[in-house]
Amino acid sequence: MATSTTAPDADRREPRAGSPTRGPARRPRGPRRSLLPYLLLAPAIVLELAIHVIPMVVGVWMSLLELTQFHIRDWSTAPFIGLENYRATLDLNSAAGKELLHSFWITLAYSLLSVGFAWLLGISAAVVLQRPFRGRAILRALFLTPYALPVYAAVITWSFLLQRDTGLVNHVLVDQLGLMNERPFWLIGDNSFWSLLVVSVWRNWPFAFLCLMAGLQNVPGELYEAAAIDGAGFWRRLRSVTLPMLRPVNLVLLLVLFLWTFNDFNTPFVLFGGSAPEQADLISIHIYRSSFKTWDFGSGSAMSVALLLFLLVVSAAYLLITNRRRDDHA
Amino acid sequence: MRETAGERWGRRIVLTLLTLFVVIPLYVMVTSAAKPLQDVQNGFTWWPSRPTLQPFIDMWSTVPLARYLVNSLVVSSIAAVCSVAVAIFAAFAVSRYRFRGRGVFSVTVLSTQMFPGILFLLPLFLIYVNLGNATGIELYASRTGLVITYLTFSLPFSIWMLVGYFDSIPRGLDEAAQVDGAGPLRTLFQVILPAAVPGVVAVTVYAFMTAWGEVLFASVMTDEGSRTLAVGLQGYSTQFNVYWNQIMAASLVVSIPVVVGFLALQRYFVAGLTAGAVK
Amino acid sequence: MSRRHLGIFTAAVLAAASLTACGGSGDDSAASPKTLTYWASNQGASLEADKTILQPELDKFEKQTGIKVTVEVVPWSDLLNRLLAAAASGKGPDVVNIGNTWSASLQATGALVEFDDAALQAVGGKDRIVPAALAAAGAPGKPPAAVPLYSMAYSLYYNKKSFADAGITAPPTTWEQLAEYGKKLSTGGKWGLAIEGANPSENAHHAFTFSQQYGGEWFDSAGKPTFDTPQNVSAIKRYIDFMAADKITNPSNAEYAQNQSVSDFANGKAAMLLWQSAGSNLKTQNMPADAYGVAPVPFLASPPAGGKKVNSMVAGINMAVFKHTKNKDGALSFVKFMTSDEEQTILNKTYGSLPAVKTAASDPAFSATEQKTIQETLVTTAAPLPQVPDESTFETLVGTAMKELFADAASGKPVTEASVKAKLTDAQQKMR
Repeated sequence: MATSTTAPDADRREPRAGSPTRGPARRPRGPRRSLLPYLLLAPAIVLELAIHVIPMVVGVWMSLLELTQFHIRDWSTAPFIGLENYRATLDLNSAAGKELLHSFWITLAYSLLSVGFAWLLGISAAVVLQRPFRGRAILRALFLTPYALPVYAAVITWSFLLQRDTGLVNHVLVDQLGLMNERPFWLIGDNSFWSLLVVSVWRNWPFAFLCLMAGLQNVPGELYEAAAIDGAGFWRRLRSVTLPMLRPVNLVLLLVLFLWTFNDFNTPFVLFGGSAPEQADLISIHIYRSSFKTWDFGSGSAMSVALLLFLLVVSAAYLLITNRRRDDHA
Repeated sequence: MRETAGERWGRRIVLTLLTLFVVIPLYVMVTSAAKPLQDVQNGFTWWPSRPTLQPFIDMWSTVPLARYLVNSLVVSSIAAVCSVAVAIFAAFAVSRYRFRGRGVFSVTVLSTQMFPGILFLLPLFLIYVNLGNATGIELYASRTGLVITYLTFSLPFSIWMLVGYFDSIPRGLDEAAQVDGAGPLRTLFQVILPAAVPGVVAVTVYAFMTAWGEVLFASVMTDEGSRTLAVGLQGYSTQFNVYWNQIMAASLVVSIPVVVGFLALQRYFVAGLTAGAVK
Repeated sequence: MSRRHLGIFTAAVLAAASLTACGGSGDDSAASPKTLTYWASNQGASLEADKTILQPELDKFEKQTGIKVTVEVVPWSDLLNRLLAAAASGKGPDVVNIGNTWSASLQATGALVEFDDAALQAVGGKDRIVPAALAAAGAPGKPPAAVPLYSMAYSLYYNKKSFADAGITAPPTTWEQLAEYGKKLSTGGKWGLAIEGANPSENAHHAFTFSQQYGGEWFDSAGKPTFDTPQNVSAIKRYIDFMAADKITNPSNAEYAQNQSVSDFANGKAAMLLWQSAGSNLKTQNMPADAYGVAPVPFLASPPAGGKKVNSMVAGINMAVFKHTKNKDGALSFVKFMTSDEEQTILNKTYGSLPAVKTAASDPAFSATEQKTIQETLVTTAAPLPQVPDESTFETLVGTAMKELFADAASGKPVTEASVKAKLTDAQQKMR
């Protein structure tokens, strides 16, 4: 306390008179470190440590314990079993390992498709709404609504639509259009994956739309004028003006959406309840079931840690590759 | 630049399809909320056999919806305000200062976005409980605990977005203020924040929505007194029946405040993203 | 300058401090010996309805003892997680309702008060309690971890009018008959039997009964899983075949997990239902008691060697006390109150279940057809689910495997001995 109230003062006295520029667009800083930024960051750091980092470290510790219902009340009695949980859950020859791998592929496919479709719908809407016309504001508000709805409200509504006997989807497909003779199932069996995907796209595409719309506002109109004068049609303009200008937006948007969908718990949980059908057994639900339904928190944590490592590697690789490419272009 | 006929038709088709995709579930939510129970238990109908507002009355007595609503409102608003306050200070530091650990901080904060919630659910739960036992500060099953949890959830994205926004505010403004003798805090409050209103609003909305919709932690970290809507709505499928019409009515009622708020403020959201994150 | 930095520091500290202030408090849990927190399970039409039923009784208890009981009705979807959280944290309620099948699993956490002879004496004595119900309150050979509160058993509910219309005069007593009648009843958009196919717990309960009839066990005497024995495969296949082979169950039942099968029965969409104490539920769904009959759950016509004469699990709700309670005496006296003759009569009458104490069984309310059938089953042909720590895991894994088999059956994929065995083997490998 005492040091922190006096130290910054001493630090901050001279710098402005000192070296004029250091780093582009940065305010000149003195050679001595100031405590000020740390003070400003303190609440955020404390919170991140308390809610994210420390629990995560505890989670890693848990993954090394045999933490079943026998030991959950008093952790000190839980045997330390090293990497046994990892061996058991990641062993691809065992039933558990196979199922985890299956779940992993499902999740990967789900995330990639969901992000892809969300982006596609987002860009379509952003492009067609670029030009002012009557009713544009209303449509924009309407398109954003799914994102604004609370997850559970949106997903519960979808689960109602997808009920086999009482849902709208089968009513339209079977009763009204007569496309099928049998009423298909949407919440169990093979179709459940596609149901989950549609719900996820429905919820996420407005976010893509929002970001892309914001990104498009940064595209100077002259670029389009110039392209139009060159005789560029719609697709040419899209390819040579719009998309390149949106590159920075896309970089961030795709990564954020990917991480969100990959870790998505709320959508499958509300759509299917605690036990998702195997065709839509996303990894977050899979881990939840291992932890909370079969009461094996040790292997649940082991799976989570493995998942986290995977995401870290993917994100790092993504950022490295995209950064390198940006440097190449620059 | 004129729109060709092909483009105009393309636009109409795209807009029609998207509108249908978005509107149909919303339509079902609204009409089903006005159906008697028999309607939602039998085959689907586009229109209630006998439109009724009864579900909107019954829903308050099937589950203690009012209490959940209050809890969600209190938790989400306070979490949003606190999250933004913390994010403003942090973003100011990251945007305006170079200091050792700046890179580490940014990367760490962003990478917490990757943490699967399920990984730290149980540890966090135990930390709250033990903290409660050791210090008497009750975080488990209290609204305070939820507020702290949720505000941290939205923090990484909020900081990141605000850093982008603050970066877009010319540093000339800061320097002018400093020449007038303003210190860092006054610079922040009198120069930067007024220029960053859209970013701040956007982040507040985002933080509010994050807290309003969270299911997983709410299901473990709350009790009767602190239960939020996200968990409370499960109460409509009881031992006896699934009250679909009441679920839809309740969903509608709990959605309206966020949707209206979000749509009213979406202009800021777009502006915040434009200047900040996606620049 | 100094003041300015002080200002920043203060602001940062305030921001941090405000967090602890955020949200307010006022969530004090029961600390004084004059209060108890009680988690009740959802037995009635809704959470609020249960509260309305329980509150007058709790007021009565307060009048008698001066102890105020705060009740929270926890939905079934939440209950096990919440109990686990309470066990792990030593926080939460003093007294809870638990599904009796979870008794041994929760007992293994060591968080529940053991009902040794002294504790049982304190709640009214062991001899009062129905023995079958007490057998489902913890692992054999150990003091029970809970005390039975409501007793139930599966019965066969059948729609009298549908039966009469199809020319069937008596309810089936064998599965073969049930399938045969079911085929007659499955016409004109109506179906023979309603099944809660996507509900793992319901599935697991039936898995137990069928397995007993085929002479199977889910755990051996050492508590190790024996999921994929031929007996269990036949048992599961028999149950799934009502949809897959006999086609007396609407395929849509494969996605039922929220008691839609009861609604289907109440609305006449299905003519038969296997359920525990469905009466009070059917009543709220406007099905009068004289519209349906209640019969014992059928048996196999020719049971294989080793097949047991079991046609239901001992179902029910137990009451447990957490060790972390600060008011153990109060908690025990509350358990005693809830298992007293008077309360047992009132509550079980309301919920359509049976008293868990012998002394309360004499009330005329319990001699209605439904209750008589349940009573008969409980006394003669019900057996408790395996009381082993892994029981809740068994329910999840086997119940989910059956859910997937129903999904296969519903979408027309063949359900064979081999596919059933594969699912059960997988489930068994996941047990550790």
